[in-house]
Amino acid sequence: MYQSFLIKYGEIAIKGKNRHLFEDALVSHLVHALKPVEGEFDIWKEQGRIYVDAKGDYDYDHAISAMTKVFGVVGVCPMVQVEDEGYEKLVEEVVKHLKETYGDKEKTFKVMARRARKNYPMNSTEINMDMGEKILDACPNMKVDVHNPDLYVNIEIRQKINIYTEIIPGPGGMPVGSNGKAMLLLSGGIDSPVAGYMIAKRGVSLEATYFHAPPYTSERAKQKVVDLAAIVARYSGPITLNVVNFTDIQLEIYQKCPHDELTIIMRRYMMKIAEHFAKESNCLGLITGESIGQVASQTMQSLAATNDVCTLPVYRPLIGFDKQEIVEVSEKIDTYETSILPFEDCCTIFVAKHPVTKPNINVIRRSELKLQDTIDDLVKTAIETTERIVVEAK
Amino acid sequence: MQIYLDNSATTQVSEPVLAIMEQAMRVDFGNPSSLHTMGMEAENYIKKAKTQIVNTLRVQEKEIFFTSCGTESDNMAIIGSAFANMRKGKHLITTAIEHAAVGSTMKFLEEQGFEVTYLPVDEYGVISLDDLRNAIREDTILVSMMYVNNEIGSVMPIHEAGELIKECNPDTLFHVDAIQGYGKFKIYPKQDKIDLLAVSGHKIHGPKGVGFLYIKEKTKVKPIIHGGGHQNGMRSGTENVPGAAGMGLACELAYTDFEAKVEHMYALREHFIEEAEKIEGVSINGRKTRENAPHIVSVSVPGVRSEVLLHSLEDKGIYVSAGSACSSNKPSVSATLKAIGLPKEKLESTVRISFCETNTFEEVDATIAAMKELIPMLTRFVRR
Repeated sequence: MYQSFLIKYGEIAIKGKNRHLFEDALVSHLVHALKPVEGEFDIWKEQGRIYVDAKGDYDYDHAISAMTKVFGVVGVCPMVQVEDEGYEKLVEEVVKHLKETYGDKEKTFKVMARRARKNYPMNSTEINMDMGEKILDACPNMKVDVHNPDLYVNIEIRQKINIYTEIIPGPGGMPVGSNGKAMLLLSGGIDSPVAGYMIAKRGVSLEATYFHAPPYTSERAKQKVVDLAAIVARYSGPITLNVVNFTDIQLEIYQKCPHDELTIIMRRYMMKIAEHFAKESNCLGLITGESIGQVASQTMQSLAATNDVCTLPVYRPLIGFDKQEIVEVSEKIDTYETSILPFEDCCTIFVAKHPVTKPNINVIRRSELKLQDTIDDLVKTAIETTERIVVEAK
Repeated sequence: MQIYLDNSATTQVSEPVLAIMEQAMRVDFGNPSSLHTMGMEAENYIKKAKTQIVNTLRVQEKEIFFTSCGTESDNMAIIGSAFANMRKGKHLITTAIEHAAVGSTMKFLEEQGFEVTYLPVDEYGVISLDDLRNAIREDTILVSMMYVNNEIGSVMPIHEAGELIKECNPDTLFHVDAIQGYGKFKIYPKQDKIDLLAVSGHKIHGPKGVGFLYIKEKTKVKPIIHGGGHQNGMRSGTENVPGAAGMGLACELAYTDFEAKVEHMYALREHFIEEAEKIEGVSINGRKTRENAPHIVSVSVPGVRSEVLLHSLEDKGIYVSAGSACSSNKPSVSATLKAIGLPKEKLESTVRISFCETNTFEEVDATIAAMKELIPMLTRFVRR
C-alpha cells in the first residue's frame, strides 16, 4: 500500500510571484478534502511540489476520490518514498515496486529520472539507461518504448527518493478562492449546477440564488436545489444559497404583460434580484447555465434581452455546449441524478405555449412599463424576505 | 390549525396502540423464538394479536402470517402462489387499476413467463363480472383484485367475484388486496371465497412496518423470504413483536363501534361532496353514493394542477394527496384515473381527500371554505 502521494498542479506553476498564494490555497483545500477520509494525513510543500503523506492505515479509494476532486490538482501520483541507501538498493526498490504493481502484465515503459540533488553520483541520463536495463533483466514482461510507453517510471532524487509510475487525473483548474466570487443562478435543472462547477473550476468561489414560487413549486423542489448546491459544494466549498420567493412578481407579470413575453420579463427580474445579492456580497459576476438556442429564452435575442438589465458581467460557461455535452459533465460531477428528479421549477409553471423567440428589447421595455406602479415594491419585498442557507458539501 | 385529510396515505397511531407497543419494546422485549420465559411472554403478544385479527375476519389463527407491510403481503400472496401452482398453469388475472404492489408484481411475473390478463373498469372504477367470467381459463391459477381502490375509493364486487371464480374454475385462487378496504368493510374470507387477503397496519391507526397476509388453510403458497423458518417457514425473520401487537389491537379497535365509524365517514364524505360541488369548476370522480368506500373522495379542478392545489391547501394547514404524481419534466399520469376515462385536463388536476373516523364536520367545512377561497384565485392563473 502507498503511504505517500505527489500532487501535480500544472497551471499554478506558471503564476510567477503569486505562486505561493495559489499553492497555499491548494494545500488548504487538500486538507479540507481529506478531513472526512478515514486516516491521518500530512500535507506539505517542498521546492514546488505538494506531497500528501498518510500516517498508518487509511482508506485509499476514498482518499484518491477526495483528492481528485480538488480544483487545481492535475494529477495524483501514488508514490513510494525511499531513503537513499545507494544505487543498488534503489534498483531493488524500483523493481520491487514494478512487480508489486504490475505483476506479470505486459507493459512498455520509459524511465524518467530527475535529480533535484545534483551531488548524486550518477546523472539523470545515466540513471535512465542503467535502470532501464536493470528493469528489463528483472521483469521479462516489460519492454522499453521511449516514444509512447504505457508507463513512465519516475525516479525523483531529492533528500529522499520518490518512485511513481501512475498518475490519476484530477479535475485541473485553479484552487477555489484564488479568483474571487460569483453569483450562480441555480435552478433545479441539469445546466446551472454544471455552469457553477465550471466557473468554480477556474478558482472562483460561489454564491447562489434560487427562485421558488410556492404554492406553484413545492418544498421538495427547493430541497432538490439545496441538494444540488451541496453536490456542487463538494468542489467549490460551502455555498450561500439565497432562496427568493418569486410568486407575487410572477403573478404580477402574468396579469399585466403579454403572455408570450412572460418568460423573458421574468428572467430579467431574476437577473436584477440576483445582481442585487451579488453586489451585496461582493461577487464579481453572475453565472447562468444558458446555452445558445437551447430553449426560447436562450436565443441570441433573448440572451441580449436578459443581459440588458445587468451591470455585472454575466458568465455563461455552457454557451457553446450541446445538451448531451452538458449531461456528460453533470453525470461526471454527480448532479445528474438529482437534477432529473421530477419537481416543477418556477420557470415552467406559467410558460406560454408559444413564447417569443426573438424578443425586441424596446418592446420588452415598453411591456415592463405596465408594471411600474407595483413592481419596485414587490422586488423589495422579495429581497427582504429572502431566506439565506449556507450549504455545506454533502 | 392542522387538518389531516390524507388518511389513505397513512393514519395516526392511536394511544392504546402506542401503549401496547411501548410495553412490547421496553418491558416484554424478548425474542419469541427464545426458549425462556421472556421469549414466551413475547410470543404471547403475537398470539394475542392473531386472536384479535381472526375475530375480525372469522378465520383461524394458523391462517394469519405477519409481514413487514401491505406491499410485502401482496408480493407474498401473488409471487408465492404463482410459483407454487405454476404446474397447473401460468395464467393470472388482475384489474387495470391495482396499486403498484400488485401491478408491478404482475409485471415481474410476466417477465418470468407468466401471462397476465388486466380487466378494464367502468367510469366508476369497477370491473364487470362478465369480463371476469370470460377471462377465467383452465390454466388460470390466480385472480388478484383490490377491495377498495386507493385513488377513487371504488369498491370491487368481491363477494360475487369469489363465487364466480370458484364456479368457473375451482382451482383458481382468489387474492384480495384489502389494504384500503379492511377496517371500512366487514370482510369474511370464507363467505367471499377469498384464499389470500393482504392487510396493512398503518392505514388503520396501527404502526408502519407491519402487515399481515391471510392464507386459507391448505392453499399452496411458496415463501418468498427464506431463513430460520419462523411462522411455519412461510415468512422467516424474527417477528416484529411490537408491530404485531400494535396491529392486532388496531384491528380490534377498527371493528369496535364499526357501524358508527363507517356511518360518520360516509356522512363526512357526503357533506364534503355536496358542498364541494357547489364550487365552480369542481367535480367528483367515482361514485358519490354509498356504493363507494366511505373514506375516499377524488376531486378534480381542471386548470389547477394537483400539486398546486395540494400546496395551497397545505399553506392553510390542510393535508391532502395529489391524485396523480405529475410534473412538467416527467408526466406520469395515474393509471387508475386514466382507466376510468378522465379527460386529460382532469388527469393533471386531481387531488384525493381521505377521511378517518376522527375527522369532524368542522374540519370538512374549513376545507370547503379554503377551497372556495383558493380555487377562484388559482383558476385565474392557469397556464394559457
